[in-house]
Amino acid sequence: MATRVYVPRETAAVSVGADDVAIAIARCAKEKGESIELVRNGSWGATWLEPLVEVVVDDKRIAYGNVAAADVPAMFDAGFLRGGESESRLGAINEIPYLINQDRWTFWRCGLIEPLNIDDFRAHQGFKAFEKAVEMGPEAVIETVKASGLRGRGGAGFPAGIKWQTVADTESGQKYIACNADEGDSGTFSDRILMEGDPLGLIESMMIAGFAVGATRGYIYLRSEYPLTHSILSRAIDTARDAGWLGENIQDSGFDFDIELHLGAGSYVCGEETAMLESLEGKQGIVRYKPPLPAHEGLFGKPTVVNNVVTLASVPNIMNLGGEKYASFGVNRSTGTLAFQLAGNIKRGGLVEKGFGITLRELIEDWGGGTASGRPVKAVQVGGPLGAYIPAEQLDTPLDYEAFVEIGAMVGHGGIVVFDDTANMAQQARFAMEFCAIESCGKCTPCRIGSTRGVEVIDRMIAGTEREANYDLLVELCDTMEDASLCAMGGMTPFPVRSVLRYFAEDFASAVGAD
Amino acid sequence: MTHEPYNKKTASDIVASFGARPEMLVQILHAFVDRFAWISEDAIRQLAAELNLSRAEVHGVVSYYHDFRTEAPGKHIVRICEAEACQAMGSRKLSAHAAANLDGEDVTLEPVYCLGNCACSPAIMVDGKTYGRVSNERFDDIMASLGESG
Repeated sequence: MATRVYVPRETAAVSVGADDVAIAIARCAKEKGESIELVRNGSWGATWLEPLVEVVVDDKRIAYGNVAAADVPAMFDAGFLRGGESESRLGAINEIPYLINQDRWTFWRCGLIEPLNIDDFRAHQGFKAFEKAVEMGPEAVIETVKASGLRGRGGAGFPAGIKWQTVADTESGQKYIACNADEGDSGTFSDRILMEGDPLGLIESMMIAGFAVGATRGYIYLRSEYPLTHSILSRAIDTARDAGWLGENIQDSGFDFDIELHLGAGSYVCGEETAMLESLEGKQGIVRYKPPLPAHEGLFGKPTVVNNVVTLASVPNIMNLGGEKYASFGVNRSTGTLAFQLAGNIKRGGLVEKGFGITLRELIEDWGGGTASGRPVKAVQVGGPLGAYIPAEQLDTPLDYEAFVEIGAMVGHGGIVVFDDTANMAQQARFAMEFCAIESCGKCTPCRIGSTRGVEVIDRMIAGTEREANYDLLVELCDTMEDASLCAMGGMTPFPVRSVLRYFAEDFASAVGAD
Repeated sequence: MTHEPYNKKTASDIVASFGARPEMLVQILHAFVDRFAWISEDAIRQLAAELNLSRAEVHGVVSYYHDFRTEAPGKHIVRICEAEACQAMGSRKLSAHAAANLDGEDVTLEPVYCLGNCACSPAIMVDGKTYGRVSNERFDDIMASLGESG
């Protein structure tokens, strides 16, 4: 019988050589006359161990971490196909602490299954939640999502059940589900890991949302920086359609639903929901005024559920296991789990799905193992480019939407970017303004002009020109941008800037020539 | 990456494959870049005519998005991530190294803001392929391997 070997086909794994490892394994097996079944799975999310290869021995999946193509012949000589010893051998995948200590609610199929194999998906609860939804009826589905307390995982944290209810209650001949897969925040990759590791799961989630609110068409807006994701997702949509899980009268349920996959084009602000809708309509990704809310007048003016990938993908298990079960994870009004992403200067970077309430320190030290450089942590940016820089003294803050707001920060999409003590935070404040200037859609003045002025003011502070007067000017500029910008781009760019002023003001004096 | 010079017939076929729907403009422009590498003035004119949009509307969309270049790129396109996670792992130094070493080469070097490979920083994308944990040495190796494969 062929020995089953897993090698991830996932952007991070492939970016550090997984394709070459797969080729080397196939070649070695052939040379040795061994019969193997090579499966390209998704990533488990332990990115620091990529390429992470597994071989199935006695029904156990034995993992090998950081495998290079050049190591493969020696691994074969040491009996790799029978789980033989080698430097990279980690033991059984379901005994790796990084993975087993998580609360894998939304990402449980990632790494486990073959992403594009619909039979494997079905064997792992695939489409069970949709079938249950059809049985329960739309109102009960929405009540279940409400009971879970699920909030938007894209960053804004708006209750998903209420959004769904609003769309369901809005009369219209056509409604839409728009999945926001424009994961532009630096330090985030959970949408990508999900779409590459469990694309059919996302499709099922959109079907459930469509069924609940009465939408027959779904759109996925995927950022163009994810070419591998695009290839996997488009094949998954075709696979689902060919098997009768998308299209008219799905599995005789009487429900019609289909999905169109659109690519973004390198604009960060298109992650903002109304800019994304404009872009889906083929236009410039310029932010719309709200109201009207997309739930009332969204895509092509029709009621539209706009949800992030992870928000949607949390729903199938909420259907399967119950909203109350999901709500039993987390703390306060932050119920459920979040896929935290450890990134930047971190020893063990990757995805950690945990209930809310875990502290930054637990994530960075227990999971992440501290900085990659081995130097002390200086600052941590949580929630992407619009999130505050949190100083090392505040690492005991629990990850909770409201607790983060209290310290002037935000949880956002759960990205955690670690900087060591060599970072110059004045440069990071400057970058926040520079990035806003590059990416501003230009519709409102505080964002369009304010960001450029912000770079200039910070440059003067760094150069030591009237530092105190410019400090006051920068604070005033931050007030204006925060109060008067149309969306989060201009409205929240001041967050990282202010955090640098508050905690790292001394860095303005030492920024000259820093990198 | 192999591209072909812009020609009206191919362009027209691409537009038709999207049902000549104006709301598909962003997707059509992607298909143009995949095929012709960049968006020419002729392309804008033709798109406006075939999608029943004004040239200003098409130009507006082309110029809005970073992905739609309006000049022919070099033989290879090297995008270095300069967003925060990669900055925390020295991407500014990597960008400086790249700029110094690629000077005079037929390469388009540009920043990109996040490739979603933030646990393997610094990350780069070369001709549409993402690489992670890119030290200066690994960068040089990647560029050298491009030379070999032409």
